[in-house]
Amino acid sequence: MAEADDKIRCDACPVLCYIRPGMTGACDRYANRNGELVRVDPHVLLEHTVSGGGQVVPFMSQAREWTGDIVNAPAPIITAVGAGTTYPDYKPAPFIVSSKVDGVDMVTVVTEGIYSYCGVKLKIDTDRHLGAECATVRAKGEPVGHVTTGEYGSQMLSLGGVNHLTHGGKKEGRVTCETLLDLCNRNAVELTIDGGSSVIVQAGKPPIVNGQVEERMRVGCGSATIGMFAKQWYGKVDEVVVVDDHITGVLSEHQAGKLLGARDTGIKMKGRRSTPGRYFHVAEPGAGWGGANISDPLQIVAGFDAKVAWPGMTMLMVSTTGEQHAFYRLDEALKPVEMELPESLRLSVARIRENCEPALCSVLFMGGAGGSLRAGVTENPVRLTRSVRDALTTVTAGGAPVFVWPGGGITFMVDVTLLPDNAFGYVPTPAIVAPIEFTMRLDDYAALGGHLDHVRLVGEILAQRAKAQTDRTPARSDA
Amino acid sequence: MRIPPQQTRFPDGRLHLQDGPIDLIIEAFGAAQSVEEAYAAAWRRFGTILDELCAELPLLRARATPEAKRPAGAVARRMADAVAPLCHDRFITPMAAVAGAVAEEILDAMTTAAPLRRAYVNDGGDIALYLRRGESFAVGMIDRPDRPSLVGSARIKSGDKVRGVATSGWRGRSFSLGIADAVTVLARSASLADAAATLVANAVDLPGHPAARRVAASARDPQSDLGDRLVTAGVGDLTPRDVDEALAAGLDEAEALRRAGVLEGAALQLCGRTLLCGVGGSRDFRSIAAGGNNAAIHFRSPLPGAHELDGRR
Repeated sequence: MAEADDKIRCDACPVLCYIRPGMTGACDRYANRNGELVRVDPHVLLEHTVSGGGQVVPFMSQAREWTGDIVNAPAPIITAVGAGTTYPDYKPAPFIVSSKVDGVDMVTVVTEGIYSYCGVKLKIDTDRHLGAECATVRAKGEPVGHVTTGEYGSQMLSLGGVNHLTHGGKKEGRVTCETLLDLCNRNAVELTIDGGSSVIVQAGKPPIVNGQVEERMRVGCGSATIGMFAKQWYGKVDEVVVVDDHITGVLSEHQAGKLLGARDTGIKMKGRRSTPGRYFHVAEPGAGWGGANISDPLQIVAGFDAKVAWPGMTMLMVSTTGEQHAFYRLDEALKPVEMELPESLRLSVARIRENCEPALCSVLFMGGAGGSLRAGVTENPVRLTRSVRDALTTVTAGGAPVFVWPGGGITFMVDVTLLPDNAFGYVPTPAIVAPIEFTMRLDDYAALGGHLDHVRLVGEILAQRAKAQTDRTPARSDA
Repeated sequence: MRIPPQQTRFPDGRLHLQDGPIDLIIEAFGAAQSVEEAYAAAWRRFGTILDELCAELPLLRARATPEAKRPAGAVARRMADAVAPLCHDRFITPMAAVAGAVAEEILDAMTTAAPLRRAYVNDGGDIALYLRRGESFAVGMIDRPDRPSLVGSARIKSGDKVRGVATSGWRGRSFSLGIADAVTVLARSASLADAAATLVANAVDLPGHPAARRVAASARDPQSDLGDRLVTAGVGDLTPRDVDEALAAGLDEAEALRRAGVLEGAALQLCGRTLLCGVGGSRDFRSIAAGGNNAAIHFRSPLPGAHELDGRR
């Protein structure tokens, strides 16, 4: 975002608004985005959704009534619940004002003012330690979220939500909003974690942890890696330690090694033994080998039992992604001496790498469409929720499938990479503006007690959009 | 690059005119030929409206005072005239009436051009009405644009004084000094309704209440006519008592404006609770006569949350 005094002058109309960064002009059609004048038309999404499918919207001279036919529809049938196809929308006023409702000739409405409370859930594929659970995640120094659970090969962050958006300081809300918007629109965002790392996150791209691009996701925990590769190691090396901050695996003690008949090596590991060949907490979490704070893997080896180990014994140490590896031979004093990795083991290390999927950042937008939306749809709001539960109503976000949480309201999550470009907007409230559509059969909508006249508006907008494209007139998406 | 004014027709025949920040939804009723002539007249008149206004923007954004210079443009004069009776004891600028004044001007052009039964020009919720004898209009009210549903309606008949309807609130695209979700005003003209709605919405307020977040208007819009005055940016949780108190403050203002002949009726809405102004003392908002004649505001029953509100009252 540009600095606060970085306003620009819009020359789209004679009002010649000075527009501050992140704000729109008087018309709400043009906005200052990073110092650039951009048009923020409503219903751009619909166009994207339709054109994204490679379809040309046919010109329709007449308003096309929606027959409830969801099979032959050109796009997700988007009911004009509320303002139109997207809820909420950048500039709903003309739509609401233009909507015809039973028994009235026109409506009067406070124009504009759309916002929603929401956040994002980040899954960052990395073994590196990003920060302790519950640690504050910051953007531009402002708290925008926290570290939540560690999952398989990844670290989860939870950002945004109503508390950061509205309950913190003014700057906190603004920065949170910017951060969410950037993440949702698939831009890169730098996050720092209190007492942890700095990470650059971008949906669908590898995370960059402390300046280092994370390339691969672990193939499994250290113990699982032993299980997967034991056969390929057995007979080629006496001991294998798969270094993992979570569960370090040791071949000779591990069930997989035992089954193959691996000989005891007398290795003494640091950390706490969970079950044979599986060690917890061999080091502290960090950005080194296997997500531990070590750059020398021997730091996790306490030594060798002289009664069991023998001079000349070989040992491979490898991380869960195969990105780091070292090969040792014990000298006469049973001290490991690093040697070049033999060709016979090179393949297994390469195979670990090969079996690691690319490390990526995933961004799920999460928003609640419960209270406010339902009130706008029907006089009996719970029917909409039930309709969604009963799968009579499909919820989509910018045409993308969503996961709807069980429980009250309509709280959903959506993978932002499935939405059209720049599908998310914001208002200076601050809050994110996200698209959501409800798709249902006309008779189901009638059963909900919805305002059926709103449905027709979609046909009008599609017709007008098609006409605008046909006529090549200046974009009038909201006519 | 100046984007020229645009006109489009909805498939149902209504006319949509847009230029810069102005969006008009227009519908005329009468002989088909007359309707087309009226629409053509609306479009002709619309062509220069925004430029005319912009030529006098500094004056229109300045505080209205009895001594202020009279603007030159026809719409600007409607704006100045609408705020003139309101400006002696409070801060208001002609911009408070801009939407209503534009609607009025276009409606005038239409009714002058052709005989119509009835017509309206809806400028983003601020509406100018034309009604020939025996005609009426039903106007729906929406309190929150983020969850649009009709919360009430007003029927305006030709015999009523009302020819203008306007809605104001902090959720709107114009700034508000108050915390009302929406204040809908019925008045003799759209420009008066517009100015009065702004003032009543400003008055629905809880000064100093921590739940109301306020920012300097200039921080949002460097050219705002409100300058550094604090405008409402968000409203947190309010207790039922807070809601009553804020609405009562707004009702005082509405009653004062009604007694002064500025408005005929008003509906004040906050957090699902509605107070009506326009009939002495009654708080029954189901059906209420506005301005002592038969213009009426009706609320859908039950209103969202109306049950508990009824119970508390």
